[in-house]
Amino acid sequence: MNHKQLSDSQLFEQYKKQVTSERRNTLLWQIIIFISFFSIWEFASQFGLIDRLIFSSPSQIWTLFLEKLQDGSLWYHLRITLFETIAGFFIGTIAGIILAAILWWSDKLSKVLDPYLVVLNALPKVALGPIIIVAMGPGYFSIITMGAIISVIITTLVVYSAFNEVDVNYVKVLKSFGASKWQYFTEAIFPASLPAMISTFKVNVGLSWVGVIVGEFLVASEGLGYLIVYGFQVFDFTLVLYSLLLVAFFAAIMYQIVEKLENILIKNK
Amino acid sequence: MSFLSLNHIEHYYFSKQGYTKALEDISFSVPEGSFISLLGPSGCGKTTLLSIIAGILQSTRGEITLQEKPLSASKSDIGYMLQQDYLFPWKTILDNVTVGPKVQKTETRALKEKAIQMLEDIGLSKVIDSYPQSLSGGMRQRAALVRTLITDPKLLLLDEPFSALDFQTKLKLEDLVSSLLKDFNKTSVLVTHDIGEAIAMSDKIYLMKANPGKIHQVFEVPIEIRNLSPFQARKHIKYQQLFDRVWEELNALESQTAIR
Ligand SMILES: Nc1ncnc2c1ncn2[C@@H]1O[C@H](COP(=O)(O)OP(=O)(O)O)[C@@H](O)[C@H]1O
Ligand SMILES: [Mg+2]
Repeated sequence: MNHKQLSDSQLFEQYKKQVTSERRNTLLWQIIIFISFFSIWEFASQFGLIDRLIFSSPSQIWTLFLEKLQDGSLWYHLRITLFETIAGFFIGTIAGIILAAILWWSDKLSKVLDPYLVVLNALPKVALGPIIIVAMGPGYFSIITMGAIISVIITTLVVYSAFNEVDVNYVKVLKSFGASKWQYFTEAIFPASLPAMISTFKVNVGLSWVGVIVGEFLVASEGLGYLIVYGFQVFDFTLVLYSLLLVAFFAAIMYQIVEKLENILIKNK
Repeated sequence: MSFLSLNHIEHYYFSKQGYTKALEDISFSVPEGSFISLLGPSGCGKTTLLSIIAGILQSTRGEITLQEKPLSASKSDIGYMLQQDYLFPWKTILDNVTVGPKVQKTETRALKEKAIQMLEDIGLSKVIDSYPQSLSGGMRQRAALVRTLITDPKLLLLDEPFSALDFQTKLKLEDLVSSLLKDFNKTSVLVTHDIGEAIAMSDKIYLMKANPGKIHQVFEVPIEIRNLSPFQARKHIKYQQLFDRVWEELNALESQTAIR
């Protein structure tokens, strides 16, 4: 046995070191993938391995980025799309949760509405785009509606089933104290379903971006979705990819915010 | 004068496939300050009966009176302790314990102090602000006990509260609960499938049989055992004698149902 005798605290230090080194290793790989992706892209486009006209190149996008940053048009378009997406996300998610609560409250209503919800859920919501736009007029309103409508039904269904899956014994505890329906909703059903709600937040971040970008495809004269369509029409794929990268970046940031929120709300995990 | 009385309670569970008769003609009464046990194999309707007494479930037939009044008028006089602790994982121990008063809108500064005091008395002073996950099974069940007692119920319903605990913790908690209930002169109904626990803790035992759930026989616990703590009671000669009688009766019941 040539094992050195380690004290408890040394073992703990060793464990901590291992955890940090693993985390560093993961991060390293992520950076390597990031850098290689953009280098290969740049390289392939410089040497004509891919079509420059279609795939552009990171350096061209970067130049465009700096240009747009200076003339203020980056912020102008970004701000509109961001606002629409965040508004769509909140409206869709909150409306979904309220609908789920109404369904939970009324057994009868949920039974009656069940087939309609299933159909509505299966229906591709973006197909409603033209109708929404004609009905509400082209503008922010219909685009935000697109961002919201795409997530509201799925949120309703997921949150409603989470409400129903809460252990009845929690309700039993409260009923034994004479709690009203509203009281056991707020004290047990709602907080017990919080983890499920947070996971719908994560899904809805992505969905709202889809709804808003499609909405902008259809009508807008400003915003990132508009830039993508415009770039496509004038065959400026640098502009398309520039917009796409912005969307990806801000979607990732929104996702991070939701994760932070999760850590705050679910502290007893 | 009887404190709690059940008259011809009957309960059915209905489903699309048919119905199960969970309880048939249950009648008994419990004098104030006494401790009774409902003993029987699992599935004989013990939890159903307790839920009915707690007013959570409406019996199909029959009526219950608490202090000569119909049950519905006296909900806040009943404390119910479930088979598991069911502490809310998102609430601290203190918030868990005061959930009853919160629901009944009687939560005050003084009550919070009382809760803290009770938690300290029961040996949970270190975990008042912790979340339930960090507590052992015994600690959690003690917190659940405080939650049940904080509203100062006159009638206490205990549904196999020790069944999920290891033996040593269970014996300790039996003693604790028994002495607390004696001190506050509570009337209690304990549900259990553990013969020893029923004898050690109660004044009277109702032995139930299944399909449908029915009271099969009543055993009076000898006065010598009643005045001992559950742990001491288990060592008494009369404990053993009663244990054997109940054991035989349960076996006879089992073979009866097996033949059928
Ligand atoms: N919610 C329910 N729906 C249908 N049947 C039930 C329900 N709860 C209990 N039962 C049935 O009633 C009988 C008694 O159950 P229970 O009261 O839980 O017994 P115990 O607590 O003695 O184990 C069992 O046969 C069980 O299957
Ligand atoms: Mg049971």
